[in-house]
Amino acid sequence: MDYSKILSPTVQSIKPSGIRKFFDIAETMQDVISLGVGEPDFPTPWEIRKAGILSLESGKTRYTSNKGLEVLRREICTYLKRKYDLEYDYQDEVLVTVGGSEAIDGAIRAITCLGDEIIIPQPSYVCYEPMVRLVGGVPVIIETNAEHDFKLTPEDLRAAITPRTKAVIMPYPCNPTGGIMAREDLEKVAEVLKDTNIVVISDEIYAELTFGGKRHVSIASIDGMRERTVVVNGFSKSFSMTGWRMGYACGPAPLMQQITKIHQFAIMCAPTTAQYAAIEALKNGDEAVAAMMEEYDMRRRLIVAGFNRIGLSCREPKGAFYAFPCIASTGLSSEEFCERLLYAEKVAVVPGTAFGQGGEGFIRASYCYSTEHIQEAIRRIERFLKTI
Amino acid sequence: MNTKLLKLINKDSRTDIATLATMLGLTEAEVQKEIAEMEKEGIIRGYKAVIDWDRLDSAYVSAIIELKVTPKAGLGFEDVAAKVMKYPEVESVYLMSGVYDLSVVVKGKTFHDVARFVAKELSTIDSVTSTATHFVLRRYKEMDVELLGSGKDERGSYLL
Repeated sequence: MDYSKILSPTVQSIKPSGIRKFFDIAETMQDVISLGVGEPDFPTPWEIRKAGILSLESGKTRYTSNKGLEVLRREICTYLKRKYDLEYDYQDEVLVTVGGSEAIDGAIRAITCLGDEIIIPQPSYVCYEPMVRLVGGVPVIIETNAEHDFKLTPEDLRAAITPRTKAVIMPYPCNPTGGIMAREDLEKVAEVLKDTNIVVISDEIYAELTFGGKRHVSIASIDGMRERTVVVNGFSKSFSMTGWRMGYACGPAPLMQQITKIHQFAIMCAPTTAQYAAIEALKNGDEAVAAMMEEYDMRRRLIVAGFNRIGLSCREPKGAFYAFPCIASTGLSSEEFCERLLYAEKVAVVPGTAFGQGGEGFIRASYCYSTEHIQEAIRRIERFLKTI
Repeated sequence: MNTKLLKLINKDSRTDIATLATMLGLTEAEVQKEIAEMEKEGIIRGYKAVIDWDRLDSAYVSAIIELKVTPKAGLGFEDVAAKVMKYPEVESVYLMSGVYDLSVVVKGKTFHDVARFVAKELSTIDSVTSTATHFVLRRYKEMDVELLGSGKDERGSYLL
């Protein structure tokens, strides 16, 4: 059978991530120290796990409504109001999804027609581009840069907009750069968008993880933006619940109705057990989040100081849990650097180019690890730098 | 008092000053000063290692002894607690709520050692009315450190 003739050319044209191969090698090696993972090292706080267990014990094992449990949607609204001053109606403006990823995919699918352009700032999370391509959309990449702290500037945005522009992805706080958009940055972006028909898909999965006393600001809370924004958030990063696969999307009812339709037919509903656990997270999770944040903040300082000390210039990441040091001074490309580092010192980090061509000259190092682990990784990288 | 600093050295008291300073966003001098002050005020009482004695051939036995005590007028339990804690065999002494009064952790080389110490020393103290000895059979976690399990990182390096 000639599968290439059977399979969709669109799907076939999407390249599998090249990094997979790299980490497969890492997994066969002994004593590898990884700074590669993109998930918290803390287990889900016990009370949240217990809520999931209790729901199973009491037999809550059936489908929920397509949109998600009403209690959970109400809690999501309370939480978003409390944290980010966002107001949504739990009845027709909230959808509980299988992780933030499904919410992003649903939003892209609901608005993209063949040939529509979707603007994606990069370096950013790897899913946006393939998701756009899968529905026949055209990704339009804006390269953000270190000089602007990897923020999306109004000038770059304006220059990228064409009559075919349907949406802009806002990946802030940003994986991998650690960049955030402060209120004044968002206001400038809003100025560009507010008299258009362009939708904003705001991926705020790292919203809880901002440092230096500055809370995350949602673009939907900026004047004139709510009607054109789908806010995507979830439980994976903030509550250390990656394996539960719980996310949500909020937005104006006409948009959410269509996204909900896709979800209804493709997914049915998010996992019931996870939904019950999520209710507990939103109700009583603040203390656990604060404790994890305190720990992340200390590790963040440690890894940033470490990279700068050994000569890899590293800006202070303001959000998420990654450091994004510049390795251009070594004269190696990001991929060469990562590959040689893996073989020479058995440290696994991710080349910046995995997140878009604009990531060339950078590596992503997660600090979801113990302090001893981070320190050992830095020692090894320092030793490696002396050999090149 | 810096509780963040305390948490850090409680987790690993060997963390060097430079690392502590970086993690807390303080200067090394500030960290040194805070530690010195907390030592002086008796907030920090010592720095010890967490040892899994069961991994050694050398014998190590410990037991938790419940003591019921008749408190003395004016002195309460302080008097007897002061006496008990002076024994080198005694690792810790706590005043408890509930059905008994003092909880005493005793260590020795053999079960016999510990039993003899309780019978000859603790139970003969004036005002100790009864003892109940609970031997520790296995240590799973000691001072926040898990002594069992591989501690292996099960997270995969997916590109997330």
